[in-house]
Amino acid sequence: MASSSSSFMGFGDGERPHVLAVDDSLVDRKLIERLLTSSACKVTTAENGQRALELLGLGEGQRVLSIDPKVNLIITDYCMPGMTGFDLLKKVKESSMLKDIPVVIVSSENVPTRMKKCLEEGAQEFLLKPLKQSDVKKLRCHMTKVNHSSDGKLCIGR
Amino acid sequence: MEVVQLQRSFLEYTSSLFQEGFLDAQFSQLQQLQDESNPQFVMEVVTLFFEDTERLLNDLTTALDQSNVDFKKVDAHVHQLKGSSSSIGAQRVTNVCIPFRNTCEEQNIQGCLRCLQLVKQEYFLVKNKLEALFRLEQQIVAAGGVIPMVE
Repeated sequence: MASSSSSFMGFGDGERPHVLAVDDSLVDRKLIERLLTSSACKVTTAENGQRALELLGLGEGQRVLSIDPKVNLIITDYCMPGMTGFDLLKKVKESSMLKDIPVVIVSSENVPTRMKKCLEEGAQEFLLKPLKQSDVKKLRCHMTKVNHSSDGKLCIGR
Repeated sequence: MEVVQLQRSFLEYTSSLFQEGFLDAQFSQLQQLQDESNPQFVMEVVTLFFEDTERLLNDLTTALDQSNVDFKKVDAHVHQLKGSSSSIGAQRVTNVCIPFRNTCEEQNIQGCLRCLQLVKQEYFLVKNKLEALFRLEQQIVAAGGVIPMVE
């Protein structure tokens, strides 16, 4: 079934949303990348939270940039050594520059308390692994518009 | 061999892998993500899985061989293996990881060693099956055919 994703959800031609996908598993990074590109997104992957923050302009030693990092969604694994997905979520939400970027947490474990604390901390959605095409289609409505990342979300509520 | 025969073999073999529980619905997801612009996607992900798993199995063997086993470390490796096998649909490997995590929690060294043996068995089984599947695919393509989509 062909989907004309270029004009889907208000993204014009050539305005593919940019997703930052964070996961320490090489297999999962490969999978999420393909899932997202098959849904007409641009993807950048990072293997840990530290690297993700660097890509967002918030790495240690980096000056806080006033430039919009142009990321429309962050999708991160929960369980990662060092900085967890939850830690990354907190850092993003604490940053005046990044706080409006929607964050989705993915986890292989269905732990209600974990889900609750992520949603309370500002995550848009909590998805269970393994990720499928139907999950990625859900993500599109959480992505901010490409040129106006502070203009709010494309769907109300979760 | 004729393309049609090869394609039939491919479909029958794939079906049997699902029926015998070696692969689950997640593997079908991978197949659906393969297309003309990503013609090798399944093989690429599965190859990453093979490399990742062999590294993890070595790490597990080493970790369980220590005089003072660090069960948290062992559990972390098993958690990774459970995740990656689940992401590609290698169901039987994932299923062995579950009791494996329990033996880690119980700090049961004999239990862990037994689980490691089982997980190695299941891994090499599914590896052989998938490699056979990829060979069939290559034969189809070499004979000028298209790899059929499994229903």
